Amino acid sequence: MSLTPTEAGPLALPTGNGRGPARNPLGVFSRPRTTTGWRSWVTTVDHKKIGIMYGAAALVFFVIGGIEALLIRVQLATPSGQLLSADLYNQVFTMHGTTMVFLVVMPIGSALMNYLIPLQIGARDVAFPRLNAFGFWVFLAGGLMLNSSWLLGHAPDGGWFNYAPNNGVAFSPHHGIDFWNMGLIMTGLASLTGAINLIVTCLNMRAPGMTLMKMPVFTWMALVTQFLLLFAIPVLTSAQFLLMFDRLFGANFFNVEAGADPLLWEHLFWIFGHPEVYIMILPAFGVVSEIIPVFSRKPLFGYPFMVFSGIAIGFMGWGVWAHHMFASGIGPISVAAFSVSTMFIAVPTGVKVLNWLATMWGGKLRFSTPMLFAIGLVSMFTIGGLSGVTHAVSPSDTQQTDTYYIVAHFHYVLFGGALLGFLGGFYFWWPKAFGYALDDKLGKVNFWVILIGFNMTFGPMHILGLQGMPRRIYTYSDGYGFNFWNFVSTIGAFIIALAVVMFFANIVVSRRRARAAAKVMAADPWDGRSLEWMVPSPTPEHNFDEVPVITQFDDFWHRKYGEDDKGRPVRIAATADVVQTGDATDVHLPSPSYWPLVLAAGLPIVGYGLIYNLWLCLVGGLFVIAAIYGLTLEPASDDEAPHDHGGHGPAGDDTTTGAEAAPEQEAALVD
Amino acid sequence: MTDISAVTAEERAAKEALTTAPSSAMIEDSHGHVTNTGISNEKLAMWVFLGSECLLFGGLISTFMLYKENNEAGGPLPSDLYDIPFTSISSFVLLMSSLTMVLAVAAIGRGDHRKLRTWLLATALLGGIFISGQVYEFQLFVKEGMGFTTNTASSAFYALTGFHGVHVSIGIVMLISAFTLSARGRIPTGSESIEIIGLYWHFVDVVWIVIFTVVYLIK
Amino acid sequence: MATDTALTATGDHERADGTEHHHPPDSYYVRIAIILAVLTAIEVALSYLGAPTLVEVGGLLLVMAIKFVMVALHFMHLKFDSKVLTRVFYSGLLLAVSVYVAALLTFRVF
Repeated sequence: MSLTPTEAGPLALPTGNGRGPARNPLGVFSRPRTTTGWRSWVTTVDHKKIGIMYGAAALVFFVIGGIEALLIRVQLATPSGQLLSADLYNQVFTMHGTTMVFLVVMPIGSALMNYLIPLQIGARDVAFPRLNAFGFWVFLAGGLMLNSSWLLGHAPDGGWFNYAPNNGVAFSPHHGIDFWNMGLIMTGLASLTGAINLIVTCLNMRAPGMTLMKMPVFTWMALVTQFLLLFAIPVLTSAQFLLMFDRLFGANFFNVEAGADPLLWEHLFWIFGHPEVYIMILPAFGVVSEIIPVFSRKPLFGYPFMVFSGIAIGFMGWGVWAHHMFASGIGPISVAAFSVSTMFIAVPTGVKVLNWLATMWGGKLRFSTPMLFAIGLVSMFTIGGLSGVTHAVSPSDTQQTDTYYIVAHFHYVLFGGALLGFLGGFYFWWPKAFGYALDDKLGKVNFWVILIGFNMTFGPMHILGLQGMPRRIYTYSDGYGFNFWNFVSTIGAFIIALAVVMFFANIVVSRRRARAAAKVMAADPWDGRSLEWMVPSPTPEHNFDEVPVITQFDDFWHRKYGEDDKGRPVRIAATADVVQTGDATDVHLPSPSYWPLVLAAGLPIVGYGLIYNLWLCLVGGLFVIAAIYGLTLEPASDDEAPHDHGGHGPAGDDTTTGAEAAPEQEAALVD
Repeated sequence: MTDISAVTAEERAAKEALTTAPSSAMIEDSHGHVTNTGISNEKLAMWVFLGSECLLFGGLISTFMLYKENNEAGGPLPSDLYDIPFTSISSFVLLMSSLTMVLAVAAIGRGDHRKLRTWLLATALLGGIFISGQVYEFQLFVKEGMGFTTNTASSAFYALTGFHGVHVSIGIVMLISAFTLSARGRIPTGSESIEIIGLYWHFVDVVWIVIFTVVYLIK
Repeated sequence: MATDTALTATGDHERADGTEHHHPPDSYYVRIAIILAVLTAIEVALSYLGAPTLVEVGGLLLVMAIKFVMVALHFMHLKFDSKVLTRVFYSGLLLAVSVYVAALLTFRVF
């Protein structure tokens, strides 16, 4: 965390003249210069490449989490399932939940936000490109460390919420939960640096004329999400530190024998955990808020309401956490208060759903794949939202707590909500990111298969839950009446798996076809509204040849269309005349760097050290410190010194090296 | 790292033309980069980070509040062992380090590099005294039978004050790094880095203001 | 140039050319520090007075809040800087206070 302040560019060293290999200050690496091949990926600071890497890593983890889900469903397909032992089942469902939340849904959100925020606000990159790269690598390191627990003996088995005192050494004596702790502290660090970075980007780096209330709704929802992350992650981190002290150093925070109150963990976890729910869903809301207007050929209905309902969700998301704890004995006043606040949060969410419907109302609808997924989100999320309201009512929640009804609910909002939205986003922005579109026909089939599979898997869980089937049991006996719906649910899960395979197949097929056809992708294939469609596909490295000057919301659309007297859109300019060509050559971009990767690689060493041997921790610590200095002292860009601005030199009679730096700084294109 | 606000001359002109429109003002930060708020990315990032730190320390302070009278596992409570005069003095030392820090920021604003280094060193030194005091206090408490694992109250006490101590130590490292860089002439007049380190330092001080009152003084 | 433009916040459109315009003189900071020291002394005294609990705790929290705000306003320059910074920081602070106080209330700590 100490790296944020010293990130400050003014500390940066002056560099060489840009000819010949530049050496960095610690003399360990020569500055990477490649723009192709694997090295360009590991050293990149480009928000687009980082976004793509987030997406790719998330999809790999999605497959892992999906396999875990299938194991669960096979185990539960029939009564007295034999596939998994009780112990293994605990590990599998814990890792399924943890993976899907922290390593799939959150990073897919990060992927889209990293890729799109700078494009949608008309910026060339994020505010801190190297910090951004660090965020990705530390996320990956955390994810790998968490999953390495499978290979190192025992995976975490405390559930994704990891309640105390079950998470203590007494009840979980192997190291699984320590891996959970270390891995998630690292992904939390990734989220925190990402949040700082993207908040500063949104607040500071918008194109001229783009006021906050002209930002696209996706960027707005991303901004709200980042604020939620900013404030929620440290709560989880503090709880995880306490748990780490308990497990590794014998502290007593959750040690009931020493008089500790296990509800402390529940509170801290859900103070983080409820905003986390909105962290996962708001980016998907942003995605559909982009897709629906484009495929309805209408502006988003009630833009300010969309923005403010997003902000309202962000605020209210902080006042409802104890509805996860109605059954924990927090007292009638607390239960009543949190019950009411939970019902209220349905209001801004309802506003969003109504606005999406109103956007489609009377529009010229095109049911392309992204639109289908968007409509899928609106309908499935509404179902999940409604079952959510039933848990807001505390008497009914007391019945539902820890049953499959809850499992059904949160899969409807997370899978039916977030994941369908993200898949729609993939289909929507794929041409922009990769220069070829995913096949629409295959996409439509993909959508219907996933919709059917999803409803078959999670719909029956409502019934099972109300019949009384508890969550997190590894098997059930014959004769409870659970058999039929569990079997249906398992079939559904395999249909989802088929749909996921279809999605990957679509990528392969479409990519091969695009290569064979060698056609240039249009900049604006969907007749889009926001700025990312103004740049060529795939996006050139520098994003914008010239940063556009914004005059209104949906500026790009209004460059193409005016209105007739009935308010219908009338073409005023050909798209080809409005979009940029992507051939600007004089744009300076931040230079690639090895340090983000090196720094991120040091942290798991500390993590393993804490678990296995404190000396290893020392090694990792020194590694991290060296990397922080390397990162800080390395200039952000190797052929320009970023902080010169003409007006006055690096004054001060004793700044001799500063004076040497001046000639290079003069050459900077910044001014 | 702000170089990605790299702009061509035309864009700059366009942005400057827009600064007259109040709602869409693009204002230069103190490094001549155009940002929407007029604040540099680094400084804004530091403040955003500090906002997040409030939640981190809040969690630890709440944990202490919950457990401060809980010694069911035996051993003394932190409040049995406090030496208020001693802690008052170390609080005073940390408070004064905030003064020297702000004087360092003022010095670099004037371009007075010698004073800058003096005040940086003074701040680091005062921070060091504070940390030494904390170490002394900790080992005294341990001698009196209150170790980290003794009871929930002691765990919470050490976790909270220890976390704060780590923050102070990181601050000291940053101050010494800044001092070294300045001595080698790498911190030009007008550099914001000192101010940003200062923000961190003051925040750590402000957290101690809360800890001193909530943990030590209120019974 | 910093010393003579004390206490005036810069206009939004003024070009910040790298030097800090709006920093008050050193003596100003010293005055603030003295006030802070006195407040600390008052706090310590208050804790020894043995006043009724409500007065003592209320007084201590009040003085603490004053010290906090003074450091933030003057030393951290929130008084002179853009309002965005104040908003970002205090939203985190207020959120922390309200969320954690609510959580502690459910434990009936107070």
